[in-house]
Amino acid sequence: MSSTEWEPVIGLEVHAHLKTRTKMFCRCELAYGAGENTRTCPVCLAHPGALPVPNRKAIQYTIELGLALGCEISERAIFARKNYFYPDLPKGYQISQYEAPLCGPGALDVPGGVRVGITRAHLEEDAAKTVHAGGATGRSVGADYSLVDFNRGGTPLLEIVSEPDLHSADDADRFLRLLRQTIVELGISDAEMEKGTLRADVNVSVRPRGETGFRPRWELKNMNSFTFIRRGIEAAVREQIAAYDRGETLEQSTYDYDPDTDRLTVHRSKEEADDYRYFPEPDLVPVAPPADLVERLRSGLPELPGARIERLAEHLGVESASQLVSTGNDAKAEAFAAHGVEWKAAAALAMNRGDFLPENAEALARIVQANVTREALDEAFAAAASGPIEADPYLAQTALGDESELGPVIDAILAANPGQVATYRGGKEGVLGFFVGAVMRETQGKADPKVVNRLLREKLRG
Amino acid sequence: MAEISRDQLLHVAALARLELRDDELERLGAQLNDIIAAVSKVAELDLSDVPPTSHPLDVVNVWAEDEPRPSLPVEEALANAPQRDGAYFKVPPGGTS
Amino acid sequence: MIDTLRLTAEQAAHLIRDREITGVELWEAYRRAIDERDPELHCFLHVCDDPGGDGVPLAVKDVIGTRGIPTTAGSKMLEHYVPVYDATVVTRAKAGHGLRVLGKTNTDEFAMGSSTENSAYGPTRNPWDPTRVPGGSGGGSAAAVSAGLAPWALGSDTGGSIKQPSALCGNVGLRPTYGTVSRYGVVAFASSLDQVGPVAKNVRDCAFLYSVLAGRDPCDSTTVELPSPVQLPDRDSLAGVRVGIPTEFNEHEAIEPGVRAAVQRAIELCSELGAEVGECSLPLSLDYGLPCYYLIAPAEASSNLARYDGVRYGYRTPDAGDRLEMYTRSRDEGLGDEPKRRILVGTYALSAGYYDAYYGQAQKVRTMLAREHAAAFERFDVLLSPTSPSVAFELGAKTADPLAMYLSDLLTIPSCMAGLPGLNVPCGLSDGLPVGLQLIGPQFSENRLFEVGYALETAIGFDPVPERYR
Ligand SMILES: [Mg+2]
Ligand SMILES: [Zn+2]
Repeated sequence: MSSTEWEPVIGLEVHAHLKTRTKMFCRCELAYGAGENTRTCPVCLAHPGALPVPNRKAIQYTIELGLALGCEISERAIFARKNYFYPDLPKGYQISQYEAPLCGPGALDVPGGVRVGITRAHLEEDAAKTVHAGGATGRSVGADYSLVDFNRGGTPLLEIVSEPDLHSADDADRFLRLLRQTIVELGISDAEMEKGTLRADVNVSVRPRGETGFRPRWELKNMNSFTFIRRGIEAAVREQIAAYDRGETLEQSTYDYDPDTDRLTVHRSKEEADDYRYFPEPDLVPVAPPADLVERLRSGLPELPGARIERLAEHLGVESASQLVSTGNDAKAEAFAAHGVEWKAAAALAMNRGDFLPENAEALARIVQANVTREALDEAFAAAASGPIEADPYLAQTALGDESELGPVIDAILAANPGQVATYRGGKEGVLGFFVGAVMRETQGKADPKVVNRLLREKLRG
Repeated sequence: MAEISRDQLLHVAALARLELRDDELERLGAQLNDIIAAVSKVAELDLSDVPPTSHPLDVVNVWAEDEPRPSLPVEEALANAPQRDGAYFKVPPGGTS
Repeated sequence: MIDTLRLTAEQAAHLIRDREITGVELWEAYRRAIDERDPELHCFLHVCDDPGGDGVPLAVKDVIGTRGIPTTAGSKMLEHYVPVYDATVVTRAKAGHGLRVLGKTNTDEFAMGSSTENSAYGPTRNPWDPTRVPGGSGGGSAAAVSAGLAPWALGSDTGGSIKQPSALCGNVGLRPTYGTVSRYGVVAFASSLDQVGPVAKNVRDCAFLYSVLAGRDPCDSTTVELPSPVQLPDRDSLAGVRVGIPTEFNEHEAIEPGVRAAVQRAIELCSELGAEVGECSLPLSLDYGLPCYYLIAPAEASSNLARYDGVRYGYRTPDAGDRLEMYTRSRDEGLGDEPKRRILVGTYALSAGYYDAYYGQAQKVRTMLAREHAAAFERFDVLLSPTSPSVAFELGAKTADPLAMYLSDLLTIPSCMAGLPGLNVPCGLSDGLPVGLQLIGPQFSENRLFEVGYALETAIGFDPVPERYR
């Protein structure tokens, strides 16, 4: 083992399907699960003579994302052709952006103090879908033949490239989740890994802590689960450190992560070395976003999840605030807090009892802060999920908290259980729960647990 | 400009997915060298301050509304397919190389 | 009896309108002419059945897609390809004026060539002398109009493929301002250069057909609305028109004496018709136009022809064992030499390490060519020169030497690079073969080109019927 302390260096390329109705360069309707090749036309089948016309919505969505990431919006963006052959790439090139992307440098602040630079965000088109059939493996190699369905071909794809500013699998995970939440809240993509509407390529290298340059990186292609991304990064870091420890030098290369074996395998290279021969797409004119459009989109941006996490973190800490926001429960927690519920309790309620209509927040806040019975609380939340509720009927079911009433009950229980009392006094305070349970049974659940706890401790102390 | 070597020619042909038979390599290779030599004339000009023209038309922002139009009937989409399987286009497997 | 050799489209439309002939009779007349003369000339790759109606028949270059009618682009690659949609120009021709697609005309493969000898289906012959080429790539359209097999035709022009064959066959042909005619549905060669345009017997027919084709198409992002409507020319005088004579384009050593003499007479006519005639200079255009074109056009072509991969349509090699074999063998067997040469040149010019020296530099040269023309148009309304340095040459004369063939477009290419319109007008004969002059104007100056072309045409009195058919 070496004594070197290694620092992972991680950057991401994230692809998200935009939530437009039609494709990027033709007006075929996007529909997941439609019959094979039922959403195609001369343009997305690349018939001779067909020409692309860009989707206005997709351009606007990309600008919105750029604004949300603080990117410079290009004054003159151009589309470019990226040339390579693949059966699911009908034109023999992908229309993408190369030298002048729509969105230039920006950054995403991940709460907790990590600022991740955004190199660029641009617009391109997705490939079609190839199914490998026959053969044993279900993969390209060893298949008897392949089948191509062009329905997905031409779906607008937003590509976001980060700087290599991430230094742990945890940070990468947090960054990606926040980026995803931002995309989702802008309403520009569903960004669901399981459905393939969000994918990421992850670039990983390691270097001795203190070294400033970059070492050759491994690119993990087409990762489509948060768990696998985290595990893939960890595997790459582990294998790279092991290789350096053995005295090897590494080459820049592309890998697939196999979750079954937790190993990386070299990605099957394309049929010829990459030389994409990018050049400006002559079938399209430049995109010069009008200033008024950019300003309109900027002023229409909602408060972004990153900012909300920062705000909530003051009360709850980053971890809990991030969890609330990424599960979409932060507004409910804030509503409880606004009506006087203590922040931690508000967060717990939002996470655990999140299923209620927003208009009931005030009534529920009053109920949870009052001494109502557990049954009353359950009933209130149940009712609050389907219609408006009044607090008063639930508040009437006040818990029994009067010491003069509870005192005799507790005395009787202690007297009836001298053995347990001795156990408690012998140091096993765990039996307190036994006594609480007994009191609750005796009072048919109406006793206020807080008061019962306090009285029990006093009396047991003797 | 330097001559284009046989290896370079093969590399370019591979990028372009053209299988060149030996006789074609000879003939096209020689012609390619002549053509490249002739077009290399553009290098004579010092144009470091000149912006490139990728398009003769000075137009920007031509976009279409995001409103669906009918796709092709699937039979028309597949009408010219060299080989099909059901509603899929069928192609040979990826191969081992 | 309808004399298709002399009948103009305008006259045909009048005869139909005045009920002197029927649509069926008109169609039959052209079919008879085709049956009689096309076995020798081979202008058509496909002749259509009469779709009915009274519209004037229209021949269509086979790079222009026609729904339900085979469209091969002169390539074996598309031998059995039948488009599922019409090119916008075809839609416009049918819808606007009921024009009827008479057939698909021969072309160099993917419009790459200057003689129509690069067609996978054999060459077209020049109606003035069948031992000679009709020019190219649109030799089929030009020869068909010249031989009376069609009243007019659609061509496509990337570096001269309308103007040059029109010159060699004695037609009027317009390469429009880039962006005025839709490319949607037109098999792409070089996207930043390709334009569809009319080929006709005279300037008025040419102008009318242009008015049918031109205008913004929502399916082609690179089209614009015409700044002013097309006007049919009718003025005999050239008073007030400033005609520039670019010296390099008129005195180049490659220009044949007979061509030079015919164009010189036309220049003198311009003065007689009242034009202000003066000399100007376009030195960069002549020296660097051709090399610039032969980088940019092949680069774009190498990408545009990548879609011919044997997956969705077109030729696929039989029994390919794997995908790579399917690609490389289908493309090797389906494409001819000229597309292969251009794909190789273009791929090389775009590839890593060479982009800046070749493609990038060519794009800067393109800027210089546009500037040089713009400077000339500060002094002149139109520029006049020969269209082709030579008259129609013998079949086979240049097929072994691609660079010699490329020189055919020496004079037509520079204005194409700048996106400018150009009109070929026949201006006489040299050894019994037509000579054409080209009029070049600023962007969107088609009306001015028609006006000058019409006045010259009227004054010259060129007989467009080949002597052997008179
Ligand atoms: Mg990409
Ligand atoms: Zn489509």
